[in-house]
Amino acid sequence: MKRKDVAVYEDILKSNVAAAAEVRRRMRERGVLTVNLMSSPGAGKTTLLERLVEKLTPPGRLAVIEGDIETERDAERLRAKGVPAWQIQTGGACHLEARMIGRLLDELPPDLDFLFIENVGNLVCPAAFDLGESLRVVLLSAPEGDDKPKKYPKAFLTAQVLVLSKADLMGLLPFDPERARREALEVNPALEVFRVSALTGEGLDDFVACLHRARAKLTPEDGRHA
Amino acid sequence: MHEMSLVAGLFEILEEKAREHGARRVTAVRLRVGRLAGAVPELLVTAFDMYKKGTLAEEAALITVPVPVLVRCRACDEKFEVDDYVFQCVACGAPDLEILSGTDMLVESIELETDEDASL
Repeated sequence: MKRKDVAVYEDILKSNVAAAAEVRRRMRERGVLTVNLMSSPGAGKTTLLERLVEKLTPPGRLAVIEGDIETERDAERLRAKGVPAWQIQTGGACHLEARMIGRLLDELPPDLDFLFIENVGNLVCPAAFDLGESLRVVLLSAPEGDDKPKKYPKAFLTAQVLVLSKADLMGLLPFDPERARREALEVNPALEVFRVSALTGEGLDDFVACLHRARAKLTPEDGRHA
Repeated sequence: MHEMSLVAGLFEILEEKAREHGARRVTAVRLRVGRLAGAVPELLVTAFDMYKKGTLAEEAALITVPVPVLVRCRACDEKFEVDDYVFQCVACGAPDLEILSGTDMLVESIELETDEDASL
């Protein structure tokens, strides 16, 4: 028997990175903006999606993939709005991975503008897994507290957009939206920040405009999406 | 806790490397873990020790090497370590930083056991 040391220098996430690259390539080729929505449980991801459905194009032009540990509930809520929705039940896993998304791509309707992936509610683990999205959106709701960006920096560092959600509660709680914004921008100065209430509709139009801009930038060489 | 998923990815690499080198066993693994990799080194070791039972790395120890978050300012080229999650240049204040290390988990090296005959 003989022992030898072998230099490797490979990312332990390399198979997820490869699967994510494939999802991104296929979706961009079709002109679809894929959005990875991340937050802690109960920050309002599904409710925000329900409102987005009303604002974004005919509902047939968007699809939703829901990730939860158990139940079909979130997908059913979106289907009730006329949106094709798939539920991934992770059966205990705290995050989605790119291969789970890749397996569903063939089932998506042919004419899509937006694909929303609602990650498992968790501000920690999902941040480490690229799903092949072109836009990562993190939600922070007023009841969670304005001190979260520094406590869960990776989610805020890897996102491009921050939605401060449940804005309708902000006057009722000791939540300082300016502090949340400041902390998040320290972690990630490039973050675009929106203050949104899915209940009153505050800030929704600005967020929707941001989604359209991101989609328009997807394939600048292709006039159809410019 | 997603360390089990991460360790599954690590084992894909171990199996691939062992096959490439005609090795029967993996006896040690050195893993560089970035401070912002989103994983806890102690939990990775726990997950590794659970996962390795009955595999080619059954006897292996996972050694984690912490990697700080190093960045470079795109405005003034200053390089520095970020330890408080404030991503702003310490020299010129610019917010546009390139992250050089500290966000991923890299298998640095592994120790393999091969049959002497096969390696001759």
